[in-house]
Amino acid sequence: MSHLLDIHNLEVKFALRTGDIIAIDNVNLTLDKGEKLGLVGESGAGKSVTGFSIINLISKPGFISKGKITFDGDEISSYSDEEMRKIRGNKISMIFQDPMMTLNPVFTIGTQMIETLLAHKNISKAEATTIALDKLKKVQIPSPETRLDQYPHELSGGMRQRIIIAIALLTDPQIIIADEPTTALDVTIQAEIMDLLQELCKTDNMSLILITHDLAVVSQVTEKIAVMYAGKIIEYGLTNEVLINPQHPYTKGLINSIPGTIEPGGKLYQIPGMMPTLSKIPSGCAFNPRCTEKKEICETAIPEPKITDAGTMVACHMI
Amino acid sequence: MSTPILTIDNIVKHFDITGGFLDQIKFKHGKFQLEKTTVKAVNNVSLSINKGETLSVVGESGCGKSTLARVVMGLYPPNSGQILYDGKRIDHLSHKEMLPFRKKMQMIFQDPYASLNPRKTVQRTLEEPLRFHHPEMSSKEINNKILEIMEQVGVDTAWTKRFPHEFSGGQRQRISIARGLILDPELVVADEPVSALDVSIQAQILNLLMEAGQKRGLTYLFITHDLSVVQHISTRVAVMYLGTLCEVADSKILFENPRHPYTRALLSAIPKVGETSAKHIKLKGEVPTPINLPPGCVFHDRCVNANERCRTDVPVFTTLEDGTQIACHAVEENREIA
Amino acid sequence: MKSSLTKFKESYFLYSFKNDKVAMASFIALVIFIMIAITAPWIAPMDPYDANNIDIMNSEIPPSWNEEGEKDFPLGTDNMGRDMLSTMIYGLRTSIMIGLGAVTLQAMIGILVGLSAGYLGGKTDAILMRLADIQFSFPCLLLAILIGAIFQIVFGIGRYEELAVPLLILIIGFAEWPMYARTIRASVIRERDKEYVEAAKVIGLSKPVIMIRHVLPNSLTSLMVISTIQVANAVMSEAALSFLGLGMPVTTPSLGSLIRSGFDYIFSGSWWITVFPGILLILFVLAINLLGDWLRDVLNPKLYKG
Repeated sequence: MSHLLDIHNLEVKFALRTGDIIAIDNVNLTLDKGEKLGLVGESGAGKSVTGFSIINLISKPGFISKGKITFDGDEISSYSDEEMRKIRGNKISMIFQDPMMTLNPVFTIGTQMIETLLAHKNISKAEATTIALDKLKKVQIPSPETRLDQYPHELSGGMRQRIIIAIALLTDPQIIIADEPTTALDVTIQAEIMDLLQELCKTDNMSLILITHDLAVVSQVTEKIAVMYAGKIIEYGLTNEVLINPQHPYTKGLINSIPGTIEPGGKLYQIPGMMPTLSKIPSGCAFNPRCTEKKEICETAIPEPKITDAGTMVACHMI
Repeated sequence: MSTPILTIDNIVKHFDITGGFLDQIKFKHGKFQLEKTTVKAVNNVSLSINKGETLSVVGESGCGKSTLARVVMGLYPPNSGQILYDGKRIDHLSHKEMLPFRKKMQMIFQDPYASLNPRKTVQRTLEEPLRFHHPEMSSKEINNKILEIMEQVGVDTAWTKRFPHEFSGGQRQRISIARGLILDPELVVADEPVSALDVSIQAQILNLLMEAGQKRGLTYLFITHDLSVVQHISTRVAVMYLGTLCEVADSKILFENPRHPYTRALLSAIPKVGETSAKHIKLKGEVPTPINLPPGCVFHDRCVNANERCRTDVPVFTTLEDGTQIACHAVEENREIA
Repeated sequence: MKSSLTKFKESYFLYSFKNDKVAMASFIALVIFIMIAITAPWIAPMDPYDANNIDIMNSEIPPSWNEEGEKDFPLGTDNMGRDMLSTMIYGLRTSIMIGLGAVTLQAMIGILVGLSAGYLGGKTDAILMRLADIQFSFPCLLLAILIGAIFQIVFGIGRYEELAVPLLILIIGFAEWPMYARTIRASVIRERDKEYVEAAKVIGLSKPVIMIRHVLPNSLTSLMVISTIQVANAVMSEAALSFLGLGMPVTTPSLGSLIRSGFDYIFSGSWWITVFPGILLILFVLAINLLGDWLRDVLNPKLYKG
């Protein structure tokens, strides 16, 4: 049990009026100190729910129905709200897609940063200001002193996302969970933010869980990758290995359907159909109706995860 | 060079965001004066699109690419400049005079959740343009045409009576494309048609658009921020920054040899699968607001190659040997570009 | 259309209705009130408008459970000797009629103004909405006196009784249309910039067609919510005007004028003339408002994802 974070057999359900549906099904993930993990999948695959469930922030009517999450040797999935608050935003921080979701528009950047610090640490206001300034410098914001007195709306999107990262860094967390941190941003700014996150992980020996739909971003930033489909992890291994030598038909299809991997103008590979809704997951392998390599067994039995020679975990009958 | 199907000539589009009369009154230098705040969305953009080609306009959010598309479609009147379709000026036409051109130019929108009227079934959404432009068609002809187009875009023809909310995002985009194609247009303006979709669905829609383009001999004006999509589908690419064109070139030439400093930075920022080490060209500062445009070259305060001339003179579009059009003093003067 | 029926059965709308006891109760109450109002001539024990049925000797008889009460008049009689129960049933009918009529008028003016202002924008918007502001700054009462006075000059006092209902519809309709105009304008502005409207423009449809066929149907959800509340408001306004003597005459009373006519006798011990119509008015308005609240919650797009 030497992993910093260990998610074991996690199952998340949503209680709807039509009955419970399983949003996350038997997910196993580990994260070591300083490791960067990419959690990818299309919308509805359950990647964000997985991220939220780590810090127990799943919105109602979702709940963790099975499994356990261990952080630094403690089982945090059984923590009370009170205990969880000491972890959340302190040892594990989260960055969201939309900076305005995290920033309160009526307070200055300084107020929000200092308040966060005072909530978690027993320090004076002056000390908090110093730390806040220090973190703003760390995220390479130009003229950090003036930023403390500014309101969120006075800043650009890229700058706001830097502020969010600075706030996430305030308490020197061990893990940062970034949920689509650059989806709302332009490519040039995305590149800057990703560079920044990578650099921070290196200098502070921080771990990162990057939740995104963008395989290219994951490819540049992370060491490990977990591909999710319909609430399950279908392929999990070293990023280089998985992206260059994908095993699961879905991963293969996903990589091939990105424009830029083939000659311009050619027909893109397309995965037929679309992801099932969580209430109507097909029996057997959830991917079987869209799979081109499907056999009879795929319709009846759920594939057990297998480890390949390269150390990649794949859940597919064909392996 | 064939004759261009669409010519955009020196288009300027500014938006007045001042609001009412009372908001315009400002107190300055000891007296009251009326002052308007305008967003300079598109400034002196000239482009021409040849028949059968796919011209992509790329740029980051707020660069005016969507505004340009809407000016072309006649949704916004331009402040100055002209739009020519097949050599005929169309930007100043009345509603009635514009109708024959409406049939030839159609548009596909970004958000598949907002671009279909939620209270109309697929059937009614698709029959509206037909009934309006072809009142002579019988109901049977209209129905046949609808079934034909639905089959082409890959939507189950049994679903004509369904409402948009019963479809997934990808299917809605197919219906939206069907609406765009049902009048058999010559030119289709596609405003970010795949950016709201998931990767696997995006591939399906791009294939559909390319296929329809080949079969029908369509000309596309493609607006997008996604450079890997641009590289895949376009014949030519126009790069926009802050309402101004930087570079227009053949797609192949542009991606192999970007010349404008902004194009270079933009291309270097695209992440690629399987590429671990990234060498991004870093730009200084941030995009200025389109309310107060910088003097000279709009890109100068972020450009590492900028000199005094860039700060004062607006660069003019020049055509290079390989046909690339570019607006940059540094390229013109053969300065070393970092 | 069997499929739309089953769709309705499975809808969130019906589901939330079935699970909300307050909404169910107020809906049932409302249906009962409306049934009573419609069937008044058949279910009322007597016709209070018919002078032949009225005997002044029967005036101010307390409710039947009272010692002095009489079996024929279960809720007692008013100062003119009319059966309270019958008068109230007819009064409710008049009140609902004026309420619905006024709201229809409000909605018609409001939709026309709000849709044009919101969609066309610019100067049209500025002029129409300032007009609405001016209208809103007039108290309903002032308007009632003004229009009432004009009416009496034009048609003479003698005909006031027969013209009272359309007059009140006109007054309340004119006084409150800006509510509709503002609500419609707000949702039209929200819809106006959506891509489906641009798509309609690209097809080449004309402005009125886009406004009526595309924008309006998508702006109607908010209309449903304020309509319920506006009916309640109109009924209250009518009651208030009648109470002040500016509304329905005592000969063909609405709930408001009944309350007023009883008010003069409340200190002489005849409390029932005021209290019963008062309770009926409160129950009716409460039922509408509770249903309106529920409707607002259900139709709120933020909550509607369920």
